[in-house]
Amino acid sequence: MQDSRTPAVSMRNITKVFGTIVANNKVNLDIYKGEILSLLGENGSGKTTLMNMLSGIYYPDEGEILIDGKPVQISSPRDAYDYGIGMIHQHFKLVNIFSAAQNIILGMESDQGVKNSRFGKLDIAKASKRIREICDLYGFDVDPDQKVYDMSVSQKQTVEIVKVLYRGADILILDEPTAVLTPQETEKLFNVLRNMKADGKTVIIITHKLHEVEAISDRVAILRKGEYIGDLITSETNAQEMTNMMVGREVKLNIERPEPKNVKPRVEVKNLTVRSEDGILKLDNVSFTANTGEVLGIAGISGCGQKELLEAIAGLQPIEKGEVLYVEDDGTETNLVGMDPLEIDKKGVSLAFVPEDRLGMGLVANMNLADNMMLRSFRRKGSIAGFTDRKTPRELAEKVVEELEVVTPGIDTPVRRLSGGNVQKVLVGREIAMNPTVLMSAYAVRGLDINASYTIYDLINRQKERGVAVIFVGEDLDVLLELSDRILVLCGGKVSGIVDGRTADKNGVGLLMTKVGGDAVG
Amino acid sequence: MFSLVTFIPRAIVQSIPLLLGCVGETLNEKSGSLNLGIPGVMYVGAISGVIGSFMYENSATNFNPVIGLIIPIFACMLGSLMMGLIFCFLTVTLRANQNVTGLAMTTFGVGFGNFFGGSIIKLTGAEVPSIALSATSKAFKTALPFAGKAGVVGEVLLSYSFMTYVAIAIALITHYVLKRTRTGLELRAVGENPATADAAGININRYKYFSICIGCMIAGIGGLYYVLDYASGVWSNDAFGDRGWLAIALVIFSIWRPNWAIWESMLFGGLYILYLYIPTGTNFAVKEIYKMFPYIVTIIVLIAISIKNRHENQPPEALGLPYFREDR
Repeated sequence: MQDSRTPAVSMRNITKVFGTIVANNKVNLDIYKGEILSLLGENGSGKTTLMNMLSGIYYPDEGEILIDGKPVQISSPRDAYDYGIGMIHQHFKLVNIFSAAQNIILGMESDQGVKNSRFGKLDIAKASKRIREICDLYGFDVDPDQKVYDMSVSQKQTVEIVKVLYRGADILILDEPTAVLTPQETEKLFNVLRNMKADGKTVIIITHKLHEVEAISDRVAILRKGEYIGDLITSETNAQEMTNMMVGREVKLNIERPEPKNVKPRVEVKNLTVRSEDGILKLDNVSFTANTGEVLGIAGISGCGQKELLEAIAGLQPIEKGEVLYVEDDGTETNLVGMDPLEIDKKGVSLAFVPEDRLGMGLVANMNLADNMMLRSFRRKGSIAGFTDRKTPRELAEKVVEELEVVTPGIDTPVRRLSGGNVQKVLVGREIAMNPTVLMSAYAVRGLDINASYTIYDLINRQKERGVAVIFVGEDLDVLLELSDRILVLCGGKVSGIVDGRTADKNGVGLLMTKVGGDAVG
Repeated sequence: MFSLVTFIPRAIVQSIPLLLGCVGETLNEKSGSLNLGIPGVMYVGAISGVIGSFMYENSATNFNPVIGLIIPIFACMLGSLMMGLIFCFLTVTLRANQNVTGLAMTTFGVGFGNFFGGSIIKLTGAEVPSIALSATSKAFKTALPFAGKAGVVGEVLLSYSFMTYVAIAIALITHYVLKRTRTGLELRAVGENPATADAAGININRYKYFSICIGCMIAGIGGLYYVLDYASGVWSNDAFGDRGWLAIALVIFSIWRPNWAIWESMLFGGLYILYLYIPTGTNFAVKEIYKMFPYIVTIIVLIAISIKNRHENQPPEALGLPYFREDR
């Protein structure tokens, strides 16, 4: 696309290589003053790397960057600030024990035109005043004296934005800013971004949520596998076209829902009550049945007991009251309450659990793919007494990498080096490989791009067809309504309803999510 | 007979090497470097100063107290700076494991001190296995002239050598810099969250190098104080004992606050010599139990801060972790 204006920022033939992985290959990108540009691409397509080169975190191996038509060298974050570029990283760059004001002025050699002496007393009061002015201008709500560890995710993000504005940035880069926000917080953020645009600032937003691209951006640039594919005017395109460009082939944007077959009760939860360590009631008298060959979706505002519910079934939560009955094919029932995961496994109950915290509970970040596979199998037969069998897990890792198209340099790579989607594929692949009878997953697609998300939905459907009882905790109501056969709605630790996924509508479920225990509603 | 007026000054004199070691280690840790080499640095600082003053005392025909002060202090700072640079190069530039490097440096430093200490003892040909630097020590022990005339107050507050007050000033200045200045804010950010500091345009390696090296020099002065002031200029091998470890324990006890460390080092100093004042007779085993007191209170503090779990009282978040910007 040709444009007569001079771009605020131009990236020319940018290449960046990490070891053997080419993260960006000859990327050309123009960004104009006063526009909101969406940078769209799958996980690992090089969006963040590209932006990190603008913000001085990385230095390009090849190519040049022009600002207002003049070539510049950005070799450190300080250089980037000097050119008016500020980036809000996906993982917040904030010091927890500092106050908002301390974080905002961190690293500034001069403040409001006054040079800060190295060993002079910091003038926090003056900075706080200016922070309040910025907040008033754009409609933020920041208490300069509040410590970061006391802040919610959205407050932290606000501090990050104020930090960038405080430094006088004209070009703001936001890396997946909405991944951790609620819909209301997202809307608030978008209003702020629109205010900034009206103020003549340039905004680049990295995201893989298409409806957000449509809602906020003027133009969308698409990256695929480190290469620049093209750009589109947002108002002239649609979700299907953008997805196809992003993935490089036709992608179906609807989730299939095979008819459940051979439905029998598998897990019966009766009057389950769970308290947290601090004695707070997390689950209150929850009862439901998960059937074979069925996807049971669990909806609810986050923190309404979803995590505790899955962990209670998996034997990871102390249960105050109630029963978790596992029903075998012949109808015999086993009560899982009081057993730890090892005992449950020894009973021959094959529970697969894909937890929310992938690299904390699911996988060991510093171990490689093969060793992570082994975590599930090292007690199994096939190993000579005292020695572990390393061969089978290696074969399994190879198989998972191949079948689920995990992007990794090899199975000896530590999983922390993989992108979020690939980490999730490894985890799901391992859990499915043990031929579970129950598959529980929490926020399985959080942080994943469209293609990876659909791969996960597909895997879940395959398990359902195999006759597995699937319990799927989700946050996106549209997905839950398309994927689940039945939806259990939790509200403040109580079941506020169980509805049929085929007939329920979004508003109805949304109402149930806020029905009982009004205190759970923010 | 136990007398508080004689006990307090002895506890304070005992506390200064611990205080300087602690302030040095705090500076290290605030930059995210757990430097377990501090005991070795203090040994090297002490022996470097001893070598300097030994050479001056033996070569000068007219002993000038001012030069007699400057030479050991300079030699001591040079020696500890070298140790600091080794630690920086290994852990910051080469990103070696800090614990292993630190422990190796302590082993090295103690050996270095004992080797050169032993060599000088040989050179002097003395009958006792020690070096006595009486002229230098006299210069170091310069105290306020009117202290003796001020009675109990003079004895408890004013009777110390100038280095004692310098040490307390160093602790207070370090506290001020860490807490109130831009440099302090940036240094703490480096130790808490280097990626954040980096993104804010702070030069991580420069901060680490400076804070480690300055911290090591401060700790080294602590070793020098022990020999030339506390021990009256008498070096004998291994006499410094486990004070280096005590200094590291003091960092935890003071919850990374150099201003608190002033009082707490005095408490540690008192606990360390308490056994001398408690009649134990000939039962030497009991003494060893008393010597454990400082460590026991450190463990209690560790338990307390872990239970209370206040964010401000925790060690720097990135303590012990190497930082590399392009690491993923």
